[in-house]
Amino acid sequence: MADTSTAQWSLLSRVMTAVLAVLAVGGVIVAVASWTYGRSAARQAYDRLLVGAAQDIAESIDVIDGAPLTDLPVSAFGLLGLAADDRITYAVRGPNGGLLTGHETARLPEGLRRRTGDTEFFDAEMQGEPARFVTVVRRFAERDFSGNVTVTVGQTLLARNAMAMTLARGALTAAAFAGAVLIVIAFLVVRSAMRPLGRIADNLLARDPYDLTPMETNVPSEVGVMLVALNRFMLRLDRQVDALRHLISDTAHQLRTPVAAIRAQAELAVEQDTPARQAQRLERLLRRTRSLGELLDQILSRALVIHRTDNAPPVPVDLRDIALAVIEERDHELIAPGVPVALVIGPDPIIVMADEISLREAAKNLLVNAMRHGKPSIRIGVSAQGAVASLWVEDSGSGPSPDVLSRLGGRFESSALAGGTGSGLGLSIVRSVAEAFGGRLCFATTDSGFRAALELPAREERAP
Amino acid sequence: MIRLCIAAFTMTFAIPIPVAAQEAVAHITANGSTPATELVVHSTTDYVIFRPALEAFVAKNPTVSITYEQWGSNALYAQSLAACEGDLPKADAVFSSAIHQMVALVNHACASPYRSAATAALAPTRRWRDELWGVTHEAAVIIYNTKLVPATDAPRTRFALLDLMRQPGTTYDGKIATYDIEASGLGYLLAFADSLEATTFGALLEGFARSNAVATCCSAEIIKGVADGRYLIAYNVLGSYIDPVASENIGVIKPEDYTLFLSRAYMIPRGARNPVMSAALLDFLLSPEGQSVLADRNLVDRGDSEDTNLPISAQRDIAIEPALLVAIDQHRRVRFIDQWRSSFRPK
Repeated sequence: MADTSTAQWSLLSRVMTAVLAVLAVGGVIVAVASWTYGRSAARQAYDRLLVGAAQDIAESIDVIDGAPLTDLPVSAFGLLGLAADDRITYAVRGPNGGLLTGHETARLPEGLRRRTGDTEFFDAEMQGEPARFVTVVRRFAERDFSGNVTVTVGQTLLARNAMAMTLARGALTAAAFAGAVLIVIAFLVVRSAMRPLGRIADNLLARDPYDLTPMETNVPSEVGVMLVALNRFMLRLDRQVDALRHLISDTAHQLRTPVAAIRAQAELAVEQDTPARQAQRLERLLRRTRSLGELLDQILSRALVIHRTDNAPPVPVDLRDIALAVIEERDHELIAPGVPVALVIGPDPIIVMADEISLREAAKNLLVNAMRHGKPSIRIGVSAQGAVASLWVEDSGSGPSPDVLSRLGGRFESSALAGGTGSGLGLSIVRSVAEAFGGRLCFATTDSGFRAALELPAREERAP
Repeated sequence: MIRLCIAAFTMTFAIPIPVAAQEAVAHITANGSTPATELVVHSTTDYVIFRPALEAFVAKNPTVSITYEQWGSNALYAQSLAACEGDLPKADAVFSSAIHQMVALVNHACASPYRSAATAALAPTRRWRDELWGVTHEAAVIIYNTKLVPATDAPRTRFALLDLMRQPGTTYDGKIATYDIEASGLGYLLAFADSLEATTFGALLEGFARSNAVATCCSAEIIKGVADGRYLIAYNVLGSYIDPVASENIGVIKPEDYTLFLSRAYMIPRGARNPVMSAALLDFLLSPEGQSVLADRNLVDRGDSEDTNLPISAQRDIAIEPALLVAIDQHRRVRFIDQWRSSFRPK
């Protein structure tokens, strides 16, 4: 429980950290942008006042007695006075740059070249304080005076900076509010998104240890992916557990009869007094033991098949290779030496998606079954009909009775059929393999005899 | 005239120090104390009328002694500007009625800022940049000789004054006085404010010319002239200069069309040696106690003179603001004085 809660919290805090990081970066960007915007807005606004005042002053210049005389307008200072706390400087200069009226210090700083425009802004210092200046030009062409008179007006930056600060602060306040709302929303959304996980965890914890039934998948799709995977995992687990349980009970069931028979033979052998009879009994004991060995092989083979079909991913397999491999292994010769087995395969590969080892076990079992219960001659072959590929084994007999046939492929059939020598596990292995790869086991009586076939869906395209 | 007056006065109360530029110097200390700090105040205000306020301050701050230097406004401006540029020793406080010159000083970055509850309470027209504060509140009035001018003739508005000056006959010919704006910084400021305030200014100049008005220097001389009967009416006199006891035959009129109010401006120079004590003096002058002391000497108008029916809309404060820079513009001054001279024929 503690584990789940820490995991959940860490996910939440991770998302919140990401959100906060985004907001922090965004905040810095907004701060820089709003300060820049505020400054340029303030600069534009107050530059207009400055140039308005300068033009006011320029307009007030008259030529009297051959010299320009300024009638400094109060309105110009009213304009500049809108920046209430800023200091002001101004200068009116004649054509040769000589000061006509105003302050000597209001001038373009050394090193800055005047451009040609009639209205020119520049930044300079006013008694050690940064200030903004504008210079406008008034041209005179009178009878007694002609030339340019320049008016320079400067003002310190208090009001500009205050306005920029106000604008920036306004923007930042709005952004901060939006950010706070975003954080709250993100927190709520993340928490509600994480809630199904907690529910799943509770569900799992509350479960019976043997309950491997699928869980309800009515959850958001992202969580659903995980849940589907979990359900599939549980299904596999369920099958494995089932298979194990069957294997154990089957094995116990299968082993009981042969072991009892072996014990009986052994007891009989002990009781015999003549060596000839004793040898006869020992001979039977050996046969029973060999039969037990085969049985164990099959049990293992079935366990192997069940394991592989659940765990090995299907790969493209050519059925002809399987048939060929079974013949080449020559295992069947141990069961029925001398019985000929014919191989019937075509020139084209027949590809299915399956596990090669499982298929080989299945084919081997089909063949052994036919040799044990059928009549020679025996053929093993591979064929394809449309989308169905089949690996089959055929003998020349008429097959089992319909009654037996209906029960074939179960787990304990061969005991009745073969009186203890076979196990019937063989066909059950084949059926398991067929089902694992989406196929089936089918029986048919053909013109030439009885055929048992493992049918699988054929893969359309050729194997590479 | 006034210089002699002040010199005589300071002889009585303090030790005069003869220095070329200033008109008078006085030292003020609290009785029986040994002051540790010396506060140098440069002012245009007559020591006589400002003394009670200073004495009240040193009484409350016995560790301070005040050296009070009285200057003419133009000389004070020149001295303060030079001190600001670093050529001369700085005062701890500068206090002048020529507020356009004070605005120019602050505009030249010569002041240091100070904020307190008292300065923040001032009207916006009485402070600028937290570096310049209007401490007093004085009306520019019309005065007349109550014995020689009949009550019906006493001009309650500028229009009435214009009518008097236009009257044929010689009753008021050469008997109307006002400041010589070339000689008096305060007179220039008041005339300049008049020129901005109303169109009557042009008509006034014309009336002055027609009635052969006298432009002369100095408040005390004008007031004395009116009291003596040498002048019958004087225009634009600061009410604070009228001693109500000494001049009982002087009638005071706040013009009802509009009355200008002047606030003498207080500034703490940048780099003053004693800015803290200087700020303390400012706070004292602005405090109810300080204002009350100033009001006793007519430096703060109480609105209880004989004609109190002055509507609020007719009260025009000369705002302490950068627009006053126009008043000391060289060209503007040349034009203004030209206009003035063309009215007053040289005598």
